Amino acid sequence: MTVDGTDYTDDVEPRTLLVHHLREALGLTGTNVGCDTSNCGACTVHVDGQSVKSCTMLAIQADGREVLTIQGLADTWDGEGSLHPLQQAFHEAHALQCGYCTPGMIMASLDLLAENPDPSDDEVRHGLEGNLCRCTGYQNIVKAVRAAAVQIRQGSTKSQEVPA
Amino acid sequence: MIPASFDYVAPTSVDEVVSTLAEHGDDAKVLAGGHSLLPLMKLRFAVPAMVVDIGRVEELRGVRDAGDHLAIGAGTTHHEIVHDPLVRQHCGLLAEATSMVGDAQVRHRGTIGGATAHGDSAGDLPAVVSALEGTFVAQGPGGRREIAAADFFQGYLETALAADEVLVEVRIPKHDGWGFAYEKFNRVAQAWAIVGVAALVRRENGSVAEARIGLTNMGAVPVRATASEEALAGADRTEDAIRAACQHAADGTSPPADLSAQPDYRQHLARVLSARAVARATG
Ligand SMILES: Cc1cc2nc3c(=O)[nH]c(=O)nc-3n(C[C@H](O)[C@H](O)[C@H](O)COP(=O)(O)OP(=O)(O)OC[C@H]3O[C@@H](n4cnc5c(N)ncnc54)[C@H](O)[C@@H]3O)c2cc1C
Ligand code: FES
Ligand code: FES
Repeated sequence: MTVDGTDYTDDVEPRTLLVHHLREALGLTGTNVGCDTSNCGACTVHVDGQSVKSCTMLAIQADGREVLTIQGLADTWDGEGSLHPLQQAFHEAHALQCGYCTPGMIMASLDLLAENPDPSDDEVRHGLEGNLCRCTGYQNIVKAVRAAAVQIRQGSTKSQEVPA
Repeated sequence: MIPASFDYVAPTSVDEVVSTLAEHGDDAKVLAGGHSLLPLMKLRFAVPAMVVDIGRVEELRGVRDAGDHLAIGAGTTHHEIVHDPLVRQHCGLLAEATSMVGDAQVRHRGTIGGATAHGDSAGDLPAVVSALEGTFVAQGPGGRREIAAADFFQGYLETALAADEVLVEVRIPKHDGWGFAYEKFNRVAQAWAIVGVAALVRRENGSVAEARIGLTNMGAVPVRATASEEALAGADRTEDAIRAACQHAADGTSPPADLSAQPDYRQHLARVLSARAVARATG
């Protein structure tokens, strides 16, 4: 499988979960395990461009597929080392406290914005219903996603006013 | 949590799936989206010796226009169904209800075949397919057979599928011109329905000609609210008439008791939600 643009060839036991393969075999610990029961979304990565909970998928099911984790996200943007607008906006809008949910929250938001480039507050809340945050109360996450949406639409990483 | 060890195959044709199932009998389990099976395997409630992944069988995927019905491949994901133009045009109820299943990540992996073959009457799709009077197509060593929705669901987590059969297709009759609504009641986002109601209404000359109501999580199998359906046939499209008919929505049901609700509360919900769903479907 390809992970964050790098090809990997490994033998895996069929029962290995994708998230364990990423973290333990490939050392990509940016993706977190929260609930381990497909509820919290902390383990969200993209497989062939769609958000999935990697604690509820076997590594072998991703054989031959393209996986994108939070660690490869910035490289998909301008290739010059800048953060992806979602990462930048989460930082600027104070959309994290402990940060545990953040990798999954950002990967789920990326999918949300691919489907709906200009979501309302309600649409962001609804679109992220598969991701739980125990710290922030979600308010700033919604702001960050909407701010990133503006930047992505403009194709720029420059800082932007948070929409009211 | 890690599943117990198992052997794994990922065939690319239905014939190979069937021959693998025939060879391994009860030891084998079909894996589709894995969003019901993998959690059970992680808890070691399910310990199959052989997992047959159907995720690479292309012929099980996609929606086809088959004249009077849509033929939906069992491996078609919830996400694909929600966005499919044919489903939206001819079977809007299925698109609406599927958009309320789980969350975006769940809908990217879960399939219509898995959500029905699992036979969980708390899932949204069994009641929806019942209301739409769909037909399931299964393939086993002896070939293909068709099973009407009314005969498919046999008990809690039990369906008419034999261990050596794979569900290949769900056929949904086109419901052009029918009004529809799915009302799902739950306490928090992303949660399963405490009760769900799927309503379909065909209108004629300003009144209700025919109505169908499927109930989620009101028994071991999806239930049809037949008493209300009968009361609605020929009824006026008024709020009073709909509410009176839906007073019978829970007649004859024996819903489960769990942390979320007791049976009498579920029956109350079934009556209220049926009235809401039918009112919306009547438009
Ligand atoms: C967090 C979360 C929330 C969810 N919320 C909801 C919800 O709100 N509403 C809802 O309805 N569902 C919900 N689900 C369940 C979801 O819809 C599942 O995807 C679905 O029930 C099972 O589909 P699957 O493709 O993942 O099947 P799998 O998990 O792969 O399989 C389920 C069962 O069906 C069998 N099976 C699968 N495909 C076939 C086939 N073609 N032929 C024969 N047997 C087959 C398997 O052997 C297994 O026994 C939720 C799941 C999760 C993890
Ligand atoms: S760890 Fe995968 S959803 Fe919580
Ligand atoms: S920032 Fe702590 S869980 Fe979201």
